[in-house]
Amino acid sequence: MPQFDPTFWAPQLFWLVIVTTVLFLVMWKVTLPRVDAVITDRQDRIAGNLQKAETLKGEAESALAAYQKSIADARAAAQAEHAKAAAAIAAESAKREAVFGKRLGDEEAAAEANIAAARSAAMAQVKPIAIDLAQTITEKLVGTKVGADAASSAVEAAAKERA
Amino acid sequence: MAEGHHSPLEQFQVHTLVPLKIGGVDVSFTNASLVMVAVAVFITVFMLAGMSKRAVVPGRFQGAVEFFHDYVHGLINENIGAAGRKYFPFVFTIFIFILFLNLVGLVPSSPTSLVFTVTSHIIVTFAMAAVVFLLATVVGFMHHGVHFLSFFVPKGVPAWLLPLMVPIEVMSYFIRPITLSVRLFANMVAGHVMLAVIGGFVFSLGAAFFIVPGLIPLAAIVAIFALELLIACLQAYVFATLTCIYLNDAIHMAH
Repeated sequence: MPQFDPTFWAPQLFWLVIVTTVLFLVMWKVTLPRVDAVITDRQDRIAGNLQKAETLKGEAESALAAYQKSIADARAAAQAEHAKAAAAIAAESAKREAVFGKRLGDEEAAAEANIAAARSAAMAQVKPIAIDLAQTITEKLVGTKVGADAASSAVEAAAKERA
Repeated sequence: MAEGHHSPLEQFQVHTLVPLKIGGVDVSFTNASLVMVAVAVFITVFMLAGMSKRAVVPGRFQGAVEFFHDYVHGLINENIGAAGRKYFPFVFTIFIFILFLNLVGLVPSSPTSLVFTVTSHIIVTFAMAAVVFLLATVVGFMHHGVHFLSFFVPKGVPAWLLPLMVPIEVMSYFIRPITLSVRLFANMVAGHVMLAVIGGFVFSLGAAFFIVPGLIPLAAIVAIFALELLIACLQAYVFATLTCIYLNDAIHMAH
């Protein structure tokens, strides 16, 4: 086997030492630090981004809480406003209803008084007519004249009977 | 062995490309040296070009570079822990260099081409293993001083067994560079010899009996090639993992 022929051991070792030494130095001082730097940078960025995401998430959560609180506040304020307005409207309507009711009552009373007055006036006019009618009818049917007093008392009695 | 004048071992032959001598020692630039340099340049370009954008969200190319980085990082974290961070460039260089040396050796080619499996040479794998072994030993003494020698005295063993156990422990420690280097070397040699022999069958059977019988070893060579791709990656992984385990033994003296 050529491997066991010592002729080329010296050049093999010589070049192996040179090449591996140079390769080792290049890897150690030049290339590996670059890879290391990139990987470290990436890990830092990932850690930084995670942290940033964490704080952003916290901010978003607090913003959401603030938003929900403002919504609840607005709702409560609206409800209070609504209740106030409803109370005011109810009070106003009660007031108007009272005024209207009073006016209605007054007008009703006045109308009733008018009606009563009209009725008594009418009744007052009905009696003389009845008396007159009674005298006339009696004269025509019976041929006797009835005195005004008798007729009046007869009409009174009839009116009492009907009532 | 194989038919004709091509031996399946021919692929392991080192050729001088540029003859060089320093102080009487032959340091010629060979086909093996060329592959080493090419692979080192390829790895450097791969790493630099992949990271040129330094994108926070990596593309495919940068993702590939980061994959190797994270993979070796994981190896060290699993086998050594935080104390192993210092040795990351060392383990990374060993892993990626062996991986690409193994893979480049699998590029289909003729034995006379420049494609060469550097890791199929015991002198190369042994030199690497020796560096790992020496580093682990130095790290052990740096972390624990003379106390590191107690690594050879297994805990919870009866005193009368120690005269037997301590030599075994010492031996199993000093055999590490040999097992580490022979494992990689033998795997590479066996795979490439097998590919060469069966590749020879494809040609000789096909030529002798009108192509068709050659298809059988061709199918076999496809399957074996897939296996060799796995082994190329696996042996780089095994070498890097054992490097981590030896460093862990030295740092934590875990037994």
